[in-house]
Amino acid sequence: MTLPAATGTGSIERRLTLLLAGVAALLSVLSWSMVSGLAREAAERTQDNVLAASATTIAETLRSEQGEVRLELPYSAFSMLGAISEDRVFYKITAGTDLLTGYADLPVPEDVTPVGQIVFDTGEYSGEPIRMASVSRLVLAGAQPVPVTVTVAQTRLGVGTIASDLSRLAAMLSVAFFVVAVALSAFAARTSLRPLNEIAASVSRRGPSDLRPLQRDAPTELAPLLTSLNRLMGRLGQSIRRSEDFIAEAAHRIRTPLATVRTQAEIALRSVEDEDEKRRLRRIIRAVDESSRSAGQLLDHAAVTYRTDDLARDAVNLSELVQQAANAQEPTAAMKDIRIIVDTVPAQVEGDPVLLDNALRNILDNAIKYSPAETDVAMRIREDAGSFRVSISDQGPGLGDGPVEALTERFRRGSNTQGIVGSGLGLTIAEDVLLAHGGRLELETREGGTGTCVTLVLPSS
Amino acid sequence: MRYLLVEDNQELSEAVVNRLALDGHAVDHAANLAEAEDYLATAQYDLILLDVMLPDGDGREFLARSRTRLETPVIVLTAQSQVSDRVGALDRGADDYITKPFDFSELEARCRAVLRRRGGSARNEIVLGDAIFDPLAGTLSHDGACTELRNREIRLLEVFARSPGQILSKSQLMDRLFSYDTQVTENAIEVYVGRLRRRIDGMGVRIETVRGVGYRMEAGAP
Repeated sequence: MTLPAATGTGSIERRLTLLLAGVAALLSVLSWSMVSGLAREAAERTQDNVLAASATTIAETLRSEQGEVRLELPYSAFSMLGAISEDRVFYKITAGTDLLTGYADLPVPEDVTPVGQIVFDTGEYSGEPIRMASVSRLVLAGAQPVPVTVTVAQTRLGVGTIASDLSRLAAMLSVAFFVVAVALSAFAARTSLRPLNEIAASVSRRGPSDLRPLQRDAPTELAPLLTSLNRLMGRLGQSIRRSEDFIAEAAHRIRTPLATVRTQAEIALRSVEDEDEKRRLRRIIRAVDESSRSAGQLLDHAAVTYRTDDLARDAVNLSELVQQAANAQEPTAAMKDIRIIVDTVPAQVEGDPVLLDNALRNILDNAIKYSPAETDVAMRIREDAGSFRVSISDQGPGLGDGPVEALTERFRRGSNTQGIVGSGLGLTIAEDVLLAHGGRLELETREGGTGTCVTLVLPSS
Repeated sequence: MRYLLVEDNQELSEAVVNRLALDGHAVDHAANLAEAEDYLATAQYDLILLDVMLPDGDGREFLARSRTRLETPVIVLTAQSQVSDRVGALDRGADDYITKPFDFSELEARCRAVLRRRGGSARNEIVLGDAIFDPLAGTLSHDGACTELRNREIRLLEVFARSPGQILSKSQLMDRLFSYDTQVTENAIEVYVGRLRRRIDGMGVRIETVRGVGYRMEAGAP
């Protein structure tokens, strides 16, 4: 019996690895964007601070002289800006709406109302993004206090460079983290699934009849699986034992009363004198033999069927098996003065020795049964192109006129078997056994119409 | 030969005992394993016939238990299926097995085969006129010459030798010699009697034809 292979829903190991790697990727991207965001912010804050300091320094120098607003541009106010980067610096100082000094077209933050407070803004000047810091102060020019606004601006190239340098570093670290995390995920997935693989391997290593419970340590999560598996094997073993017991018991129940009937008939046979009665009693005995053989073969057939369903794959010494079968049937053959000639070569096959033995016996039994007294039955093993051919030939009446292939059908008997007790199942059983082993049964009436040759063909191991 | 039959079916046991007695064997019958133990403790047996399913246990387990101290050959009587049962019986040290219901001539044949394999004993020899007949080895010794007989000749000679002077009908001989699943006619008996006569010619015994009744073995020249 071949079971359909379990339909795969993907590997747990791969799924687990992918899941863990996905999480790692998400974390890497998140940490990278956070780090580069923070780096940019830190760079910008530094620039802002310097711009603010610069603007304030300039604003400090504002004073009123003869009704006019005066100021100085201290060197330090600009040198501190150069400390950050090579960015270009712009400035603009206005009193009210009048430009005092600086770049007239420098855009200025719109509203600098909160006097004395520093206002930051970004804008664009001469095609480049700039950052501006503005501070306003009221300066008395004449009678009126005039709001003076000092604006210092700087291009943002330096900030961008620093931020992108830091971001690149963060990206490299994130990628490294991701790679390590993926490797660790794969390792973790494999390690945590190893007990499962080990259980699967130890189950598949077993022979078909090995239904002992699995004795091994398993992680807590796998313990229920192991328990269910063992319970299933227990139930399977029990059901196999039960059908074996049933078959054995059924045979016993049928044959024991038949044995009694047969015995009684034999006892009666000895005490009666009348020939007609003797004939009748002999007929009873034959009928008993017939039904006991049929019952036996039917039950054997059932046993063979379930054994072939899950065929054992033991190493079988075929020549030894042939010799054993010959020895076992020797007494019955001797009753008819039939010689069993055994001629073997070393032959190893793979399969169930009990079944192969049964097949051999069925064929040999037939050969002896249909052979006339004082003839030979030959059992030969020959090797032929990757297979062994066990031929059992007799000097009996042959296979009759019917189609030879039909003889392996259930309950089919040859057209020339009248008067010989048989069940019509022997060849069926033998053929079932051979087919299960990947072999076949060949039947032929020997040349000249005398004798049958049955060949069991089995692939060599 | 002394046999021990361990079998709980009373009718079958009686029939086996009677049948084996016809061949001159002494058979003790134990109906269960406990009785079998008692018999084995007190007497020496040449062969044990052992049923598998007994009221106080499994015959095969008994065999496995006693195999170490028991050298007597054992034939297992079983009514179970061959496919699983046979291997078990032979594994546990049985010499052979026979499936119930069995043919008595097959039982005799199997007993003889097992005894022969285990090496027969001299006490089985029968004196026939001037010759000595060993039914187990199948030999007939006369004047220092030893002839090997064919199986059916051995059986026929044994049947005659065990009942000297008694008239045996053809149908009686048929039932003793042939199993019921072989097609034989009474003519076959005539053929074998004819052969046997040639074998024992000049050995001081002869097989007489009692017209219309059967045959009788008598001492003396033909």
